[in-house]
Amino acid sequence: MAMAEHRNDKPGRPTAERRRGWLSRIAPGVRGLTKKDTPENLWVKCPDTGEMLYRPDLEAAMWVTPSGNHMRIGAKLRLDYTFDDAKYERIATPIVADDPLNFPDDKPYPERLKAARKATGEQDSMAVGYGHIQGQPAVVIVQDFAFMGGSLGMAAGETFVIAAKEAVKREVPLVIFTASGGARMQEGTLSLMQMARTTLALNEVKAAGLPYIVVLTDPTTGGVTASYAMLGDIHLAEPNATIGFSGRRVIEQTIRETLPPGFQRSEFLVEHGMVDQVVKRADIPAKLASIMKTLTMGRARSRAA
Amino acid sequence: MAAHYLEFERPIAELEAKIEELSRLSESSPGSLDEEIEALRGRAHAMRREAYANLDAWQKTQVARHPDRPHFVDYAATLIDDFEELRGDRKFADDQAIMGGIGRFRGQPVVVMGHEKGRDTVTRVKHNFGYARPEGYRKAVRLFEMAERFKLPVISFVDTPAAYPGMASEERGVAEAIARSTEKALMLEVPMVAVVTGEGGSGGALGIACGSRVLILEHAIYSVIPPEGANSILWRGARTPAEAAKAMKITAQDLLKLKIVDRIIPEPAGGAHSDPEAAMTAVGDAVEQELKGLEGLSADELKARRAERFYAIGRSGLQ
Repeated sequence: MAMAEHRNDKPGRPTAERRRGWLSRIAPGVRGLTKKDTPENLWVKCPDTGEMLYRPDLEAAMWVTPSGNHMRIGAKLRLDYTFDDAKYERIATPIVADDPLNFPDDKPYPERLKAARKATGEQDSMAVGYGHIQGQPAVVIVQDFAFMGGSLGMAAGETFVIAAKEAVKREVPLVIFTASGGARMQEGTLSLMQMARTTLALNEVKAAGLPYIVVLTDPTTGGVTASYAMLGDIHLAEPNATIGFSGRRVIEQTIRETLPPGFQRSEFLVEHGMVDQVVKRADIPAKLASIMKTLTMGRARSRAA
Repeated sequence: MAAHYLEFERPIAELEAKIEELSRLSESSPGSLDEEIEALRGRAHAMRREAYANLDAWQKTQVARHPDRPHFVDYAATLIDDFEELRGDRKFADDQAIMGGIGRFRGQPVVVMGHEKGRDTVTRVKHNFGYARPEGYRKAVRLFEMAERFKLPVISFVDTPAAYPGMASEERGVAEAIARSTEKALMLEVPMVAVVTGEGGSGGALGIACGSRVLILEHAIYSVIPPEGANSILWRGARTPAEAAKAMKITAQDLLKLKIVDRIIPEPAGGAHSDPEAAMTAVGDAVEQELKGLEGLSADELKARRAERFYAIGRSGLQ
């Protein structure tokens, strides 16, 4: 009501100016913005503080908010941030049966897949790239939480297997950025089997004497945590990422208690001996390069000898 | 007759109650009702056989959870001579939700392990209803290592709702414990036969279920999440666990088609709980055959075959 009265006070204001309204007042230089160049999400809300952040600033900060919240990012961005000059070779993800169980659902599983593919531009929840990280060659797998919660199904499992074999073939370390709610229920026990299949694959990397490095990002839970996410030679984690096996609610129901703040967060996992270091997003490439350099040096030396 | 009837067994239960009543009556006038009682017994038996031949996924879930089904302690007592239970993970504690030890199976020295749910209030609490904590999986790793050291094949019995979703469980890294146990089983240098005897519940089951061969009882299930959980997470409880059970294809018969399991062990006509001795003998026979088939393979061959087996899942045989 107050707003309407306020407007009525100024009947003679030109329409264009009225349309720009507050923007022209706070930023008189900004003109001619049509709807086309003003995406609705020009401003992004910080998940921690609720503060409105200017998108280009956030992009420049790799989607880390001023308060330190490491926001979830997609596969392409992660690969861009990780490899030198955002240059890498994409390793094709295998095509598998889309709906192996013919899963009955309100929204059919193939349609969910189609929607996720459209939204993320990825074939499934895992993307793979080969390139150099501060000069160190590596195969990098990225899990995209935006693709059906990063869930682990046959496509992701098969992608992991191929990425591991690629690392062995190229004799380079395998790095994975995990982000997943766990198994893809629409694939039933087939999804559970991916825990075993990925474990076999990462052991091919280990058997070749190559490092397998896990970077845990928000969130990593369920069967993913109980398989390849906890089997790295080194475990790094982004700050404050949720990392655990059972969901918070399930645990609270079991123990009938509210869990303490910080439970199942990166720092908690460091304290409990499951993660080596918490690393800020911007520092991850340098950290990976440093680790890979040391770990692969021994192998190279013994070969040369 | 055992007092525990499942929902779908109600008509059979009613008939059996009637038979019992008649038998009591016939005690006062011997012989007079024998014929009728015999006929009713035959009918009850036929009904049971009929019901168990046509169980749907949700009914099988209930049968798989039946408290009177043979459990690890029964298999160990029946199939393993000189079973010596080995306790503790040598790191923190002993978890009685996963039990294990050494002994001889039909003359062959073996390492055995399995989930144990318990049967009555006291034993259920002792075994935490079969919900294993990290220490259970770390004990499994210890037993796998022992099997390799003494060149003993491993037999595992899988029957758990899930790994324990508790605070301490998370603090001590249950996810890492499951991952390590799965990894150790997959890399094992000795043969391993896993038998899903009841409820194969998610990662908690997988941790000790990655055998060279994976067998399953006729009415057992093996699932990524319990049907109740799938119903609540996928459909926010709008459908039923029965629908979720069917949708996820968790029965032994479905899993054989998907090549997730290698062999189904038939159960007695009324389910394993109707004749535990016969069920355990059938399990023993199947395990014996499977172990024979793995005899003489080198560590490398065993590992290669296991990898081949698991890599093949999902690559063919779908739909």
